[in-house]
Amino acid sequence: MADTPANDGFVTFDRVQKSYDGEALVVKDLNLSIGKGEFLTMLGPSGSGKTTCLMMLAGFESATHGEIKLDGVSINNIPPHKRGIGMVFQNYALFPHMTVAENLAFPLEVRKMGKSEREMKVKRALDMVQMGEFGGRRPAQLSGGQQQRIALARALVFDAELVLMDEPLGALDKQLREHMQFEIKHLHEQLGITVVYVTHDQGEALTMSDRVAVFNDGRIQQLAPPEDLYERPENSFVAQFIGENNTLAGTVERIIDGVAEVRLSSGEIINAEPVNVSQPGESTLISIRPERVEIDHTRLPADAHLIDAEVLEWIYMGDIFRTRLRVAGNDQFVIKSRNSGDQRKLVPGERIKIGWAPGDARALEVTE
Amino acid sequence: MKLKTMMIGATSALALTGAAHADGHMADSMTVVSWGGAYQTSQQKAYSEPYAEENGVEFTWDESSGEAVARLRAMSEADNITWDLVDVVAADAMRLCDEGIAMEIDHDELLAPGDDGSSASEDFGDLIVSNCFIPQIVYSTTFGYRTDVAEWGGAEPTSVCDVWDMEAFPGQRALEKRPIGNVEWALICDGVAYEDVYDLLETPEGVARALAKLDEIKDDTVWWSAGAETPQLLADGEIVIGSTYNGRLFSVIEEQQQPVGMLWDYQMFDLDGWIVPAGLPEDRLARTLDFLRYATDTQRLADQAKYIAYGPARASSAPLVSTHAELGIDMAPHMPTDPANSVNTFLFNYEWWADNRDDIDAQFQSWLLQ
Amino acid sequence: MTTSTEPVVAADGLPLKRSLARALRRQKIRALLLIAPLLLFIVLTFLVPIGNMLLRSVDNAIVEETIPRTVEALRGWDEAGDVPPGEDVFEALYADMLIATDAKRHTRLGSRLNYESSGMSSLFRKTNERRLGRFELEQPLAPQFEDIDEDWITLETWRVIKSNSDPVTAGYFLAAMDLRATPTGIEPVSDLQAIYVKLFVRTMILSVTITAMCFLLGYPIAWILANLPSRSANMLLILVLLPFWTSLLVRTSAWKVLLQQQGVINDLLVWVGVLADDNRLAMINNATGTVIAMTHILLPFMILPLYSVMKTISPTYLRAAKSLGATDWTAFWRVYFPQSVPGIGAGAILVFILAIGYYITPELVGGTDGTFISNRIYYHISSSLNWGLAAALATILLAMVLALYWVYDRLVGIDNVKLG
Repeated sequence: MADTPANDGFVTFDRVQKSYDGEALVVKDLNLSIGKGEFLTMLGPSGSGKTTCLMMLAGFESATHGEIKLDGVSINNIPPHKRGIGMVFQNYALFPHMTVAENLAFPLEVRKMGKSEREMKVKRALDMVQMGEFGGRRPAQLSGGQQQRIALARALVFDAELVLMDEPLGALDKQLREHMQFEIKHLHEQLGITVVYVTHDQGEALTMSDRVAVFNDGRIQQLAPPEDLYERPENSFVAQFIGENNTLAGTVERIIDGVAEVRLSSGEIINAEPVNVSQPGESTLISIRPERVEIDHTRLPADAHLIDAEVLEWIYMGDIFRTRLRVAGNDQFVIKSRNSGDQRKLVPGERIKIGWAPGDARALEVTE
Repeated sequence: MKLKTMMIGATSALALTGAAHADGHMADSMTVVSWGGAYQTSQQKAYSEPYAEENGVEFTWDESSGEAVARLRAMSEADNITWDLVDVVAADAMRLCDEGIAMEIDHDELLAPGDDGSSASEDFGDLIVSNCFIPQIVYSTTFGYRTDVAEWGGAEPTSVCDVWDMEAFPGQRALEKRPIGNVEWALICDGVAYEDVYDLLETPEGVARALAKLDEIKDDTVWWSAGAETPQLLADGEIVIGSTYNGRLFSVIEEQQQPVGMLWDYQMFDLDGWIVPAGLPEDRLARTLDFLRYATDTQRLADQAKYIAYGPARASSAPLVSTHAELGIDMAPHMPTDPANSVNTFLFNYEWWADNRDDIDAQFQSWLLQ
Repeated sequence: MTTSTEPVVAADGLPLKRSLARALRRQKIRALLLIAPLLLFIVLTFLVPIGNMLLRSVDNAIVEETIPRTVEALRGWDEAGDVPPGEDVFEALYADMLIATDAKRHTRLGSRLNYESSGMSSLFRKTNERRLGRFELEQPLAPQFEDIDEDWITLETWRVIKSNSDPVTAGYFLAAMDLRATPTGIEPVSDLQAIYVKLFVRTMILSVTITAMCFLLGYPIAWILANLPSRSANMLLILVLLPFWTSLLVRTSAWKVLLQQQGVINDLLVWVGVLADDNRLAMINNATGTVIAMTHILLPFMILPLYSVMKTISPTYLRAAKSLGATDWTAFWRVYFPQSVPGIGAGAILVFILAIGYYITPELVGGTDGTFISNRIYYHISSSLNWGLAAALATILLAMVLALYWVYDRLVGIDNVKLG
């Protein structure tokens, strides 16, 4: 995941807008370039415009404005069946009246492929998803996971270079979903295809993607590899949306040498990394990940900031402990600490000092 | 089952003699079955309304005469007769009588004598075509034509054979979708003498000859099965000449003032009247017979002609026929029985048709299909 | 693990199978009680009438019941010969007719036999109580019967009586197939009388045409309905159902106004100049009229099952097909259409079965070449009172429907029919 493929602009969205009713824009000024072989995930809450973008790419929706290019060619006016894009649908959309093998042969048949070649490709695709035995069955006779594999195989069988996946794992249970995430990832790596993946599950996005585009309100809020997204969210929406996050409201006092001094509402001044605040006097939200907050001061670096906290709740969760605290007036401040065996149980009402490395506190602009 | 119907028959026969004049056990409601429309209204105005006023009887009218034969048979099989008095055409009355579904009637005993002193059976004369049938009106199936057809150059048909004359009177025809009437007219117009018609029709050649004659106009003919069709088709200009019941034509001509004329030549007389279902309980039978006596007396039959252009079945009623209740026109010249209208007529030969109807109908329908 | 030789035993020591059966029996009885009203209803309103119809189509007990002695006496008479029956038969007939006329049952027998041979009706009607009362019993009876009507001594009369003296007859079924039994075997009736086979064939052809028309017109409508937002779909659905709410007579008049030669459509075509005034189209009082009117009436029965099936076909299938490279047409034909087949099946079966039994509309707008076999059935029930023949025709119709149902089951599979 570390080495992002070079972005050669295999798929590009150029100032794309979409409106259904002529009044509101569902997609506002989308610019996006996807490299060949990349696994890009569009992540966002429902209604954020991610699925619309995928449908425009597939050709089922037309862009109201702007241009979508595939391999350098504008595809705005190319009907979906000529785009040669594989697609996996949310509910698989396996044709119920055809057997698994017929489903797979369908894209080959419409491409007028000969029978023997067709059979060979179908067999290969089925083997690829370990479903070689199931060619004669009907979709209804398969489990959800098996159907998912067939849908995947069908999208791949005609050697599409670009495969779109619209929440393909949404209908599966947690365990199967996680398993399939890895399988899809492996297939992606193995075949070198480009995948555009839509999901609202951030875990899925982080696990599988080369890059994630976080959508909200018709815009890409941040486009970055998973670790950047998690470690360095660029605005408070991304910080909130990806993983768990503590926020402390405050005002920027000043910014010196790339360090912002922020006065919290409790009056305390802390240091934070200015991400998109620049002016003194500006309101800001300090974002700190729960697992970066330490109770054990010995683990903190020397320049760590310490702050008073009151324990409100302590929950044993097996691998971790989860402690809810009141910090600078925020009583939803959560820390997660590893169950390392030597930690003691905190009692509600207890007053402690917590701390974090200055780089882990990120001062973000306040969005509405 | 058999025994039971025999016994019911026996009790009703007993009831006949006594109950008709007894007033102690008469039902105070009646279900009368008729054809609906203007005809039923005329019966209500002339018979049941005055009777109800005098006797306080509640009348229920059922417009099921069209399917009365089948319904009565079903009722009789289920042994649950809900009708008290049923208006049917004479041929149906005969069928019901043969089936034992209609009650046999002694006309002289049960019906009022004529105003002129004649007995009921003399007064109705040979219109009593079945022992179960109490005649009510004489109507006829005859032709109406449009009087404004440009291609006819002012000519109007005067003979039934003009129906076949496609050259002088071009245009669409309408004939009833059954053989009765049509085959007789066809033979007459094919040159057969009136008195030979039925003898000839009993032979396959006769039927074939009639159908061959009808073939001449088959392609220009609309075949109707409901009496209302021809008047409507005439009014719409869809046909130029067509057969239907004379009362319907009267209403098109006199009431709706359509440009339609009447062709009485060889009108086919038919009779309509009452039958009493066999096996009525005593109190209902007594009420039915009491009403029947009232509704078929000389004055009542004459009264009916105020509302509809059908002739009363009693000879003694004819002099009493007056003017139309609303239009005020003299009704006598519109009666099928009026001497001017009945120069050439057919009286529906019931006996003959009862024997031959199924056979000729099969041939006729088969011919229609070809 | 229990081995198969030892029966599994429930907690109370009884074999598990028996305990299970007992537990299930109570459930079964309860289920049976719940459906009992419906079962009774179906038996009373459906099975009994059908059984009754089947019986009627072969029942001929009336002859043997009305004139039992005559039937018995006729056993010795050779109907293939050329001599009328002897005095013994007339004596038996006299005894039978005395009882029959007293019970007023002789005319009924006459009506029955008149279906076989014209003239029997009046023959029996004439032979009434009064005439029989005047018989001189010391004299031979045959000439006295001859006095009533010479038909009493003709061979034809007695052949008809003898050939119909069995309490069960195939005669109605033969007649319903344009056949008749003669002393020499079964042969077709003359072309002049043949009608039923032709009508059966026509009924089939027209019903298939109507079903096909309903499908052609209904499929796109159902498709639009299924793809509209449900608000507008419900609106349109009301329009589709409108024919159900208008009375038959209103509809019939409307068709006449529209379709007749002086009607709106012809007027319009003449006015536009497509047709010459003397060359107007005949669209009513013929088969065209029947097809148009019946298609109109039955269209909802095609649209509704189609609609409810199409509603369940997700639009993603079409998208999936297109994403796989199929053109709009291929996607529709290979992916959407096969999934809508259960709806087509249900609609077609509904429409076809309803069409095949219709008689009012064909009677009103069908003229002569647009009427169905049901019109003849109706005629025999309501007019000629030949219920036996009507029953035989109806039974054949029922058999044809069942046969088609069977064919459909073989071709498409009856489980492949969905109403939604």
